Amino acid sequence: MNPARWTRVAGPTLAFIRSLGPALALSLAPVLALAPSLGAQTYPSGNDPRNGLTPGLHDAGVAAKGMRLVSSAPKPAPFDSISGLTFVNSDLAFRGNLVYQGNFAGFSIWDVSDPAKPVQLSVVECITSQGDPSIVGNLLFVSAEGRGNRKDCAKGGVEDPADHMTGVRIYDVSDPRAPRLVKNVETCKGSHTHTVIPHPSDAGVVYIYVSGSQNARPESELAGCRNAGDPADETNSLYRLDVIRVPLARPQEAEVVTGARIFTGLSPAPARAGRERGARGVPGADSAMMAQMAAAGPRNCHDVTAYPAMGLLAGACGSYGLLVDISNPERPVRLDAAADTNFSLWHTAVFSNDGSKVVFTDEWGGGTSPNCQATHPLEMGGNTTLSIGPDKKFRQHAYFKLPSAQTAQENCVSHNGSLVPVPGRDIMVQGWYQGGVNVIDFTDADRPFEIGFFDRGPVDPPLAANEDGTVSRQRGTIAGSWGAYWYNGLVYSSEMARGLDILELLPSEHLSANEIEAAKLVRMEEFNPQSQPRIVWPAAFPVIRSYLDQLVRNDGLNAARTTAIAQALDAAERQTGVRRRAALTMLGAELQADVRTARDAARVRAMAAAVRDLAEATR
Amino acid sequence: MAHHHHGAESAPITIPPGALFTEADVRFMQGMIAHHAQAIHMSRMAEAREASPRLVRFAQKIDLSQAGEIALMQDWLRAHGQFAPDTSSWRTMTMHGMLTAEELARLEAARGASFDRLFLQYMIRHHEGALQMVADLLANPRAAQDVDVSVLANDIETTQTAEIGLMRQMLDEP
Repeated sequence: MNPARWTRVAGPTLAFIRSLGPALALSLAPVLALAPSLGAQTYPSGNDPRNGLTPGLHDAGVAAKGMRLVSSAPKPAPFDSISGLTFVNSDLAFRGNLVYQGNFAGFSIWDVSDPAKPVQLSVVECITSQGDPSIVGNLLFVSAEGRGNRKDCAKGGVEDPADHMTGVRIYDVSDPRAPRLVKNVETCKGSHTHTVIPHPSDAGVVYIYVSGSQNARPESELAGCRNAGDPADETNSLYRLDVIRVPLARPQEAEVVTGARIFTGLSPAPARAGRERGARGVPGADSAMMAQMAAAGPRNCHDVTAYPAMGLLAGACGSYGLLVDISNPERPVRLDAAADTNFSLWHTAVFSNDGSKVVFTDEWGGGTSPNCQATHPLEMGGNTTLSIGPDKKFRQHAYFKLPSAQTAQENCVSHNGSLVPVPGRDIMVQGWYQGGVNVIDFTDADRPFEIGFFDRGPVDPPLAANEDGTVSRQRGTIAGSWGAYWYNGLVYSSEMARGLDILELLPSEHLSANEIEAAKLVRMEEFNPQSQPRIVWPAAFPVIRSYLDQLVRNDGLNAARTTAIAQALDAAERQTGVRRRAALTMLGAELQADVRTARDAARVRAMAAAVRDLAEATR
Repeated sequence: MAHHHHGAESAPITIPPGALFTEADVRFMQGMIAHHAQAIHMSRMAEAREASPRLVRFAQKIDLSQAGEIALMQDWLRAHGQFAPDTSSWRTMTMHGMLTAEELARLEAARGASFDRLFLQYMIRHHEGALQMVADLLANPRAAQDVDVSVLANDIETTQTAEIGLMRQMLDEP
């Protein structure tokens, strides 16, 4: 089979706008030859196992490859009804053995000590669209936007504007069975999503970057709020990223400390935009399709992903993808901005662990439309990978979209995910709403490919033709994976209509048992997917064997050597103490010599370092 | 479902007691179906009228995006016991920014670069009309408290604001 279902950045219209920070200057990428559209990603032929799955809420047909469903816990009773978005599950956060699951009508806390049997510890009912959660110690932060949310969480909507709440709710969850609302931090634009940013030096303080996608509330409702058109106007509440400072010991003192003007200077319609060279510089055709267009300037991010260890943030901000320096969290500075006319809504970002790449997603249609049908272009509503150069500028690479055509009953577009910590590779797991969950290798930014998937049939039954010849969905149920994240050895997927899914990765031709075992060695105490931790692997045999499996798979070292290394590792593992240490030390030295002859020298070097680390850790 | 040849403006709207949605929400959803349907009608002209490839592609994107939103709005209206206009409703309902019969005839008659230019001018106005519809909806504090209406109105504003920027760009650089 051919795993390389990828698209070059080619035929489609691509405009790349570089903005030089506060100077507001636009420097344009050089006009270069365009890549042809050959090699374009295609929907699979009729034999994809995800085709034709039977519909159903809890009894839909299932197709899986390289993944296994461990458990599926249905929604808690208060959220267990289907009415548009009113009761859908949203995002996830993780701490210890607990999973915090947001819902448009509140949140729930699960104990997943036994992943086969998640135990619901509490359900908090509170109308809080969209309810994205983050956890920091004993504090749970929940995003609130919309016009019907009340400060007191009650149903029935807002009659008196004084009751209206948009912003971030802070709960004390020190007793996970009895969460307690501590404070509503109100913001002008509300909070569609938010991101936790640690203070650079004070462990007692975090910042919350608030991505609000709505217009500013009237000043009569919240003092200081003002809608205006000039992004540089400091009194304008629209064109800013709201920053909340939270003293963790005194959450009731959390407040908005600044509105970062990271959008200033992004033109709504740049006069000219450069063309970006296609992958590998293949000269191309179809230049008429490469319109020199650019999208409108943003005033919000939909979602921002911080990589605090690198001092960077990737902002998925409407019509732009931003790279932002956050070394001073109260003064974020934009480093670069990318636009792509195929992208409708830059939505979320995931960094590679080395910080050299970012996968951005495009939430074309907002997540409620069935945008993965065979009629929908593959470069719309999927991912694109951007590399970050030493100059901290973006360069765009391939697109990747779920390579399985979904039905008209399945709301589907690229959505949230996180890294799967396999050493030596860049792998992520991702939710695609009713397109299901899949696992993607983006090690080569020009050739992302799918490793595995888990998909259910649509919730709703098939289409029925209306008498007037139009075709409509029967019930229009919004469902599917809001986000799928790797956490301490398993994949957790928040199913909007069906509950909480827990999945396990299985070995396949593209992912070995050693690689999965190495990923499982990475343990976190706390995980908020939009605040990406740097992954560090422990000194261990599965880490070394992951590199070895990769060298066998990519023929990066000759077979005689990989066989000998495998035997040497087995022999070393049979030893203990000083003998094991000596065996590993000797192997490390041999590997250093292999670097010179290896086709994939970098990987052999990484393996040698992992062997040395294990030797040093062996007593 | 029966054929509907009449506009929904005159159809009586009954809001059940205790509902979170209002008459303004229902009228917004009904009106936006007609508004979207005309945009789709305009977009489907592009290919046969020798529009430039980038305009054809852009028009296809409008078509696909707004068709999905029409299905959502129809679903919402039916789920809430309201009349759901079909995709021919643009012929009888007039909303902000929509083209008159004369303007549509001019667009249909245009070819090549003049089609591109006219399409962009009209569609910018059409999109601005959608933004006006959203602004009118949101001016009513009791409206758009239903989360589906709120999310849809917000998505329309975000998407069409960005597309207006794109279309201005295309007009400036034919």
